[in-house]
Amino acid sequence: MILVTHRDDLTSKTGMWLFLFTEMLLFGGLFIVYSVYRYRNPVSFHLAAHDLSVAIGTINTIILLVSSTTIAMSITAIQKKNKKLALLLLGMTIVLGLAFLVNKYFEWGKHIKEHIYPGSSVLALRGHGDVLFYGLYFFMTGLHALHIIIGLVFIMVITASILRDKINSENYVLLENSGLYWHLVDLIWIFLFPLFYLIT
Amino acid sequence: MSTQKGFEEPSYLEYKGKYKGIFSWILSTDHKRIAILYLFSLLTFFAIGATLGLLMKLELIAPGKTIMTAQTYNAFFTLHGIIMIFAVVIPGLPAVFGNFFLPIMIGAKDVAFPRLNLLSWYFYVTGVSLVLISQFTGQGPPDTGWTFYAPYSFRTTGNMLPAVFGAFVLGFSSILTGLNFLVTIHRMRAPGMTWLRMPLFPWTLYATGWVQLLATPIIGITLLMIVAERTLHIGFFDPTLGGDPLLYQHLFWTYSHPAVYIMILPAMGAISEIIPTFCHKTIFGYKFIVASSIAIAFVGYFIWGHHMFTSGMSGTALYTFSLLTFIVAIPSAVKVFNWISTMHKASIDLQTPFFWAVGFLFVFMIGGFSGLILGSLATNIHLHNTHFVVAHFHFIVFGGTGYAFFGAMHYWYPKITGKMYDSRWANTGLIIFFAGFITLYGEMFFLGMRGMPRRYYDYDEIFHTGNIFSSLGAVVMYFGLAVIIINLFSSLRNGAKAPSDPWGGKTLEWTIPSPPPVENFEEIPVVTKGPYNYK
Repeated sequence: MILVTHRDDLTSKTGMWLFLFTEMLLFGGLFIVYSVYRYRNPVSFHLAAHDLSVAIGTINTIILLVSSTTIAMSITAIQKKNKKLALLLLGMTIVLGLAFLVNKYFEWGKHIKEHIYPGSSVLALRGHGDVLFYGLYFFMTGLHALHIIIGLVFIMVITASILRDKINSENYVLLENSGLYWHLVDLIWIFLFPLFYLIT
Repeated sequence: MSTQKGFEEPSYLEYKGKYKGIFSWILSTDHKRIAILYLFSLLTFFAIGATLGLLMKLELIAPGKTIMTAQTYNAFFTLHGIIMIFAVVIPGLPAVFGNFFLPIMIGAKDVAFPRLNLLSWYFYVTGVSLVLISQFTGQGPPDTGWTFYAPYSFRTTGNMLPAVFGAFVLGFSSILTGLNFLVTIHRMRAPGMTWLRMPLFPWTLYATGWVQLLATPIIGITLLMIVAERTLHIGFFDPTLGGDPLLYQHLFWTYSHPAVYIMILPAMGAISEIIPTFCHKTIFGYKFIVASSIAIAFVGYFIWGHHMFTSGMSGTALYTFSLLTFIVAIPSAVKVFNWISTMHKASIDLQTPFFWAVGFLFVFMIGGFSGLILGSLATNIHLHNTHFVVAHFHFIVFGGTGYAFFGAMHYWYPKITGKMYDSRWANTGLIIFFAGFITLYGEMFFLGMRGMPRRYYDYDEIFHTGNIFSSLGAVVMYFGLAVIIINLFSSLRNGAKAPSDPWGGKTLEWTIPSPPPVENFEEIPVVTKGPYNYK
């Protein structure tokens, strides 16, 4: 007797959506902490944000938005049985995701060179507001970067399965789920960007 | 049922799948085998937690140092709390009986994501192992209590990181279970099993699933912040860096209050199964019980502040949280009235599970009413952080979830194992356990009223008599637990063979053989009536 494995794409997508809820609440907790401390330290949050580079932030926002587009297009490509195009688009998504991380690396590197990082004595001298702002900045963008890395690994696994034809025009729910995850990572950035870079 | 004679399938206990020995268990994706994995790991952790509790009560049998130092006592109540909360009562009914019976009760062959289900067990074991590791490594065990309150949790030299991270991993396991159940209930109900034909245990699991899903991430991120605080000194909750320890309490209870509904809702579900079965009567007010489960899950989100009445909040916040606390008691009371009304004029079959259900009603009501005393602002000031809170908590969580767990254990034991247990010993164990329970925790109400604080290894001479009673109760209760558990294990070997429906239950699990076959149903049943369909 063999246990029959059923496939139900809607089930698997429902599961993914529910998982995304939990991710939103995970960051939701941080947004609350951010709001409380911003409310208590309006001036130093305002001034500290000036030290972040709006240019790099904007570039990273564009990068992520474009990468969301490419992964969405790759789903359409696979539906239309165009495996090559789907692979190309996923490759672009991966490259864009890596580019985001490279930018982040330089951004963080610059701050750390200026001795601005959690626990630094230079930062402590600048007062509580700055300590909290940069603490939140490193923690939230760090957690977001971790999500980017997880998303990239997920997309790479998916790309490998497309190469081996395990994901095809008949069965592409895993690609859709990785797309959903990637959009969420993008969406969280859409909130992080104004909170840290734009509200000055 | 007529299909029974045609069953050729082996039971889930016989069918090994592609692996042998222990691997046929720890690599199985069968929801029934995973439930058994949970059951055994849970019982192990419960034994550890209960032993710690007994040792603490022995310490409290006389003032001053009796058998352990103050530091050991702090470590013990921390570990007792973490294990009992995160590893026993939160997974408790959903992970064991939910896993086993949810698919069967809604007429499905398995949960929606069987592999994820197994993964959540691995997360569970990893999480508890991390918590246990924290006891034996680093600079001494954690000593913050299970609440990890800031700023002490990142100032103590105790080995907090593995414990906090372990709790985070356990949260992940809980999220995955909840997610799995939600999708299963949405997508895999048998044909004809409309929402309002679903039995009440799955209904409570549904409400619980949402709480697990929507509340657990908050504790996840809060615990991560504690980890960051200890390793990177970010200052989220550190007043010397501008952080606010009160904010930690808010975030912590935003999860941990709904978490008590993760514990109690499935327990209420199990009671709602046991009572109609032994009353041989349709449950009274089915729709109200369903609605009250949803209401508890919903209102439960908004009352976390009642853990912080003395921590410092605005007057408006205090009144609001107090009012909402009273409101959340209403749906629980609705359920109690419905259960009692079900018994009215019923021909009750007095079996062990029914005694557990009645015991549940008794202790749950004491626990519930004492909760209202704590929810009133004025009395709370007097009782906060006293033994009264300990008593209330144990009456609700151990008395509620614990009684329902043992009730469910005795109710579904024939189905799970295919054997009947010795009900005389089961009842004897219950009576000893109940007497011990009331002596142990009942006394604490009085001690708390007179001002004995909780979480101290020492106390004033005036509390001595009460503590002697309480500690003796602990010994009696521990003995009762041993009788109950030994009886269940020895019945595995000596018990008579169980029929497919020993109690006359009407839900789907009683239509299949005991123990259930691998695929649960030879043919997916078509449901035409509501549950508890007695004439």
